[in-house]
Amino acid sequence: MWRYLVPLGIFIVLVVFLAIGLKLDPREVPSPLINKPAPAFNLPKLHQPQQMVSPADFKGKVWLLNVWASWCVSCRAEHPVLNQMARNSQVPILGLNYKDGRDVAQQWLRQRGDPYTASAFDEDGRAGIDWGVYGVPETFVIDKRGNIRYKHTGPVDQKTVMEKIMPLVHELEKEPA
Amino acid sequence: MRKFILSLLMLWSTTVLAGVEVHKFENPEQEQQYNRLIAELRCLVCQNQNLADSNAELAQDLRQEVYEMIQNGASDQEIVSFMVARYGDFVLYRPPFKSTTAFLWIGPFIIFGVGFVILLVFIRKRRQTVGVELDETEQARARQLLNDNNETNTQ
Repeated sequence: MWRYLVPLGIFIVLVVFLAIGLKLDPREVPSPLINKPAPAFNLPKLHQPQQMVSPADFKGKVWLLNVWASWCVSCRAEHPVLNQMARNSQVPILGLNYKDGRDVAQQWLRQRGDPYTASAFDEDGRAGIDWGVYGVPETFVIDKRGNIRYKHTGPVDQKTVMEKIMPLVHELEKEPA
Repeated sequence: MRKFILSLLMLWSTTVLAGVEVHKFENPEQEQQYNRLIAELRCLVCQNQNLADSNAELAQDLRQEVYEMIQNGASDQEIVSFMVARYGDFVLYRPPFKSTTAFLWIGPFIIFGVGFVILLVFIRKRRQTVGVELDETEQARARQLLNDNNETNTQ
């Protein structure tokens, strides 16, 4: 009896582990910045180079930071979702234009629509490093006190917006500033 | 002639073009520190490469960051915590021992221990089945067979 049960048991355990392993995304690296203050930067705006923008400007609001670039292919997939989010809600979205060129980036937004309240122009990617950016696009949710509460790596889809981002934003908006 | 040019072109490998930044260091210690750190830090884009081996743009930026921090006299500890604060323990090829990484560190020893116990049990069981007792007639027969054998050998 044991002769058959032991290998079968080992097999089942192995199958369970492999099944879990298949579902995990090795690209999803948990950010150490969750529940930490959003890293500061002071960068020129993409459209108005003489104006500066900083996370401190959004203090007291729940807001999103979306890292994007015109060279980033999956940003194209996510862009309509962001456009729709900007139309349907009041949540400010700060774009972090990561290692891009001013002209191509502006042209990219003209072609595809601009969902951003403003875009910060991070030419050398220093702000990106401070935010732990490793795979554009990335999206962060920041609460009223300026703490990062959620991070999504990779293109945001409709499902993530409806099931994670918007419910979290509504919840955070109830928190005191 | 065309074939000759083509084969020459093939020799022009793309890795030559990949290029690694040239950094100047004030002293050999700093250079060692740099090489040590970029070998220990992991690239987040191509996850099975360290910063030294990776050609990803992020790896280039992070190498530059490490270089600049070294120029400013930062210690290994400072540079490592800079990276961990941004990217988590994931950037380290040797993550610190804590609750989330405990299994990573002790796992191999547990598996080795379990394997060793199984091996011991297996050997013991085997020994028991091999040690078969012979009764008197069987022993006599065995002796006789052995003696026969001895005689044929000595002839």
